Amino acid sequence: MRWRRIKDSLATRSMYLAVALANSIVFLVALGLFVKARPILATTSVVQLLFSSTWHPLRGQFGFYPFIVGTLAVTAIAMILAIPVCLLSAIYLSEYAHRRVRELVRPVIDLLAGIPSVIYGFWAVIVIVPLVRATGGALGSSTTGYSLLAGGIILAIMVFPIIISVSTEVLQTVPVEAREASLALGATRWETVKHVVVRSALRGIVASIVLGFSRAFGETMAVLMVVGNVPKVPTSLFDPAYPLPALIANNYGEMMSIPLYDSALMLAALVLLLVVAGFNLLAHFTLLRIERRS
Amino acid sequence: MGARRLEEAVFKALMLASLGLVLAVLAAIVVVVMARGASALSLSMLTQTPKGGYYLGKEGGIANAIVGSLYLAFGASVLSILLSLPTAFALQKEYAGRRLASITRLSLDALWGTPSIVYGAFGFIIMRYLGIGTSLLGGILALSLLMLPIMTRAMEEAIRMVPLELKEISYSMGATRIETTLAVVLRQALPGIITAVVLAFGRGIGDAASILFTAGYTDHIPRSLLDPTASLPLAVFFQLGTPFPEVQRRAYASALILLVIVLLASLAARLLSRRFSKHIVR
Repeated sequence: MRWRRIKDSLATRSMYLAVALANSIVFLVALGLFVKARPILATTSVVQLLFSSTWHPLRGQFGFYPFIVGTLAVTAIAMILAIPVCLLSAIYLSEYAHRRVRELVRPVIDLLAGIPSVIYGFWAVIVIVPLVRATGGALGSSTTGYSLLAGGIILAIMVFPIIISVSTEVLQTVPVEAREASLALGATRWETVKHVVVRSALRGIVASIVLGFSRAFGETMAVLMVVGNVPKVPTSLFDPAYPLPALIANNYGEMMSIPLYDSALMLAALVLLLVVAGFNLLAHFTLLRIERRS
Repeated sequence: MGARRLEEAVFKALMLASLGLVLAVLAAIVVVVMARGASALSLSMLTQTPKGGYYLGKEGGIANAIVGSLYLAFGASVLSILLSLPTAFALQKEYAGRRLASITRLSLDALWGTPSIVYGAFGFIIMRYLGIGTSLLGGILALSLLMLPIMTRAMEEAIRMVPLELKEISYSMGATRIETTLAVVLRQALPGIITAVVLAFGRGIGDAASILFTAGYTDHIPRSLLDPTASLPLAVFFQLGTPFPEVQRRAYASALILLVIVLLASLAARLLSRRFSKHIVR
């Protein structure tokens, strides 16, 4: 009996140790990046880092402005393209589709979520980039196709699964009675969707979009492969851009040989972590509240 | 009335078009990668490591990347299980209180969304701190961070599904918590736990950004944990980036191999969970 107790208490302790470790990882990552980013924060003011557009690592000038604009632009394009498609698909799956169709589509969407980002990038290089080049040419702008638009399109595709699956789930938490009440008043199905279902699921839908946004914001490889990587503020959809994750990924090789370069890149990683974690927590709390209510 | 019906019809058509677009894109990705890859694939791609002049279009294959990726993903899976399984067990009601459980779920969600390039950067910092260079070990460390939240959340879901009555029977017979956990919960949740591992494996093997700084790239198959290692995602990335069509074709083949492994993992997760659930009490 005594041995069994000891075993139990040992097991309990190691489980709590695992929990403590799992909980501390986020903080360890943030702390590690912060410590490495401190040298650059000590020499350059935050305002200058964020709003200067001169990027000359060799001269010690690190202005992140073009990269921040690049990240925001490519993410914004992705969201503009993805949101209508995803919400319409989710509404169809939740409100119109037969249960069998829903069960058939779900694993397919999961599959889309599981495809590695290099494969998306690879496909985008083969299919999207020539398409953008042709479109740009037809519109009278000479572009290589490696552009903001190409990055935005592939990112939009990559956030389809998360937005569709989360918002479908949220729509399904709306009580059937609410729909029945609306239909009984003579509303059409679409009117019911518009005025009752979507309205009461709005918070959750926003949360699904936020999750999609933060996924797109930190996505590296697929974007890196098609976005052109020119450190200038883009002025058109067909211009190349240079998002933050691509900046980190492209320069790890040389960053150790130039003073402060590694520090600047670690700061970029820290910014990514903080923005993405912030948005994820927002979505986490919103979805948690919805889960509790239903 | 006519206008209302028209609106309904228009939006329904838009919805079908949207869903159709999503499914068509998926199909296009799979078909394009398969078709391009199949035309470039050969036996020597699978069995040989790169020979001299490989990156200029000469002889060789990507066996180094295939083996490297498997090493990385298996190693990271094992490392993740060591942390995920106890964490998932600890989230049961008889261990963690509500507060601790919800805090843990919160930090797992924060980890889940963290971009893999951030794990790569952090892994790089840790490696510099420990004084090791790009290596299999470094890649495994960074990848396991990426896998941890995926695995833990999926395991926890499976464990939460275990009927409370079964646990109560075990406790009423005088079993301790760990005995109940291992003999009842683990066995009941096993299909879900295995699915969780395979799921995380599939995600891990396809990730490139986290291993870019940490695992490096080499033409050789690693002999020890401290050797750098090649990987399939980076093989796709590097070979596609060269100006030689002959080498680019090898990127097609690499992409095909990677996609097939990921799809097999996803299929295996489904089949395994069905197979192991035969003896489960519901």
